[in-house]
Amino acid sequence: MKADPKGVLTGIHFMDGDHACCEGALAAGSRFASGYPITPSTEVVERFAARVPTVGGAFIQMEDELAASITLQGAVWAGAKAFTVTSGPGFSLMMEHIGYAAMTETPCVFVDVQRGGPSTGLPTLPAQADMMQARWGSHGDYEIIALCPNSPQECFDLTITAFNLAEEYRVPVMFMMDECVGHMTEKVVIPPAEQIEVVPRRHTKKSVEDYLPYGTNGDLVPEMAHAGDGYNFHVTGLTHDERGYPDMTLPTQDKLVRRLQNKILNAVDRITMTEEEQIDGADVVVISYGITSRVAQRAIEAARKKGLRVGKLRLITAWPFPEKKIRELAAKVKAFVVPELNLGQMVREVERAAAGQAKTFAVSHAGGGVHNPEDILKVIVEASRCRTV
Amino acid sequence: MSDSLINDLVNPVEPFLRSDRIPHIWCPGCGIGTTVNSFARALIDSKIDLRSLALVSGIGCTGRVAGYVKLDSFHTTHGRAIPFATGLKLANPKLNVVVYSGDGDLSAIGGNHLIHAARRNIDLKVICVNNLIYAMTGGQTAPTTPDHSTTSTNPYGVFEPSFNLPHLVEAAGAVYVARWTTFHVRQITKAMSEAFQKKGFSFIEIISPCPTLYQRRNKMGDALDAMKYYKEKSKVRHGAPTSEVGMTMTGEIIVGKFVDRERPDYQTMMRAQYTESLGERYVEEPEMVCDCS
Repeated sequence: MKADPKGVLTGIHFMDGDHACCEGALAAGSRFASGYPITPSTEVVERFAARVPTVGGAFIQMEDELAASITLQGAVWAGAKAFTVTSGPGFSLMMEHIGYAAMTETPCVFVDVQRGGPSTGLPTLPAQADMMQARWGSHGDYEIIALCPNSPQECFDLTITAFNLAEEYRVPVMFMMDECVGHMTEKVVIPPAEQIEVVPRRHTKKSVEDYLPYGTNGDLVPEMAHAGDGYNFHVTGLTHDERGYPDMTLPTQDKLVRRLQNKILNAVDRITMTEEEQIDGADVVVISYGITSRVAQRAIEAARKKGLRVGKLRLITAWPFPEKKIRELAAKVKAFVVPELNLGQMVREVERAAAGQAKTFAVSHAGGGVHNPEDILKVIVEASRCRTV
Repeated sequence: MSDSLINDLVNPVEPFLRSDRIPHIWCPGCGIGTTVNSFARALIDSKIDLRSLALVSGIGCTGRVAGYVKLDSFHTTHGRAIPFATGLKLANPKLNVVVYSGDGDLSAIGGNHLIHAARRNIDLKVICVNNLIYAMTGGQTAPTTPDHSTTSTNPYGVFEPSFNLPHLVEAAGAVYVARWTTFHVRQITKAMSEAFQKKGFSFIEIISPCPTLYQRRNKMGDALDAMKYYKEKSKVRHGAPTSEVGMTMTGEIIVGKFVDRERPDYQTMMRAQYTESLGERYVEEPEMVCDCS
């Protein structure tokens, strides 16, 4: 379906990534956010708090991130599309409710504008060091989707995508911004509402008698009902059967947890988005995401000027990881170079997927700034000299 | 008696329960089921639209209530029933939202949410079954465990002061505060029915026995002894200053309706503020419920 024009601020704007993210949420149909202040993310909900009473919705500032990360889920079960916004320390506090959303299949979006850590770390300078936490932070086995915008325009566009994926797969989607992208001001084009595709809730059309809250169809994603619809359904974070009833048995656990994984893993090709440039015939492929992809661009162009055959692969979706693509590429190139604002997180996935077919070079950075393109260039040059494995 | 006559005998609370989930997990003598019985009768008495009613629980013995009531019911995470319920209520103001959880869940791990929901005066009915202990996990000290009791984590006796929950929530802003024990089944039903009529943050504390852990460990007998204790030591004092209703291990239990006052609830204040500031630009929030077509 098309976006509700009330929430769409059509036009050409000059705005930062945080504000663009807020506009993306409104365009996607989100009318509820709960949050707790933390730099460099707060501007997203500050704008939402100003905008949402004029389009029909609510923002509530909760007492902490534990509350913020579950208040939005109550709103989702009442029928709203909802999100919360935070940065590292708050993201740590939200982990339990990312698990709850995964287990209860609550469609929602968690925005993390990353800053340097660990702990209070670097308020409020950039990092990309929450990437593994986004994937693995809550206990137990589950899958999430994580997107990495690299510009204010993408903060708008991909926030809509994040909400759409959340609804399509009934999964919490992590929107992994970083301080640079959040505070960078650029041109943002917001199209007319009729050009924005919005995925509606998978609301059941079944009768009360026929409805099974966690019964699934072919694509492994169950249909939802909302509180007040008359279905008298039960939702629990306990291991549950198709009725949504607690059932702490091995077969039910096995069936449920595998389905939570497979509904995402079976759709990896449909979910993952990458941006590629001069991959064919490349000796070295630079894999990056978020703000680092823009810094890496300069290093890639400098390397090409030196005559090196360098390709670019940008991860727009970090999770699920495009494992198959990397594996196929690893058979064709000499090496991967992976710059990121952490001491080595997504590079481990690249190395694992490459499985020894191509060498993997990390270009680590402790955060607080972005790479010097020269540092990435040096590693590209080194990587292009390495022997084919 | 013929079979058909037996089949006609339906307990009046049965339509409110998920009979397919019985037997429940609560121990013999536990008071939680008693409170659920009173709750179901309050639903009958108040003629509340069941379709509009959502029940939210946290984690623990009382947290399991959500799994046994035939309502839209949510078993959330430990301590977070109130913020989840806040989201439900704000996104669909037409819902009547009940939070049904235990003393540890609501006042320890969820204590911050309890006081802030009372401060905001979110329109929630909070039913706190207080069994004075962490029961689901095996009898550890709760913020409500009376001084000198023995628990598995205070094997030599509890020496930290306990929370007086009515005093806490009144100070934080609750508009309705009552306490009863599971001996007072009719009073519980009446208090719940009254709370359904209130707009704002209502809090009903129900002192409830835990024969398996609290009483056994403290040599306080079984469930019947608990009823005798509640009967003998409960003193009804409506309107008692909540500062005077703190509990001790074997002393009097002050019960009654302590607070019943009017204060605009969160959504009323929100709408008034937006209307004042935004005028015609303000769009009321029920439109947020997404188009699921």
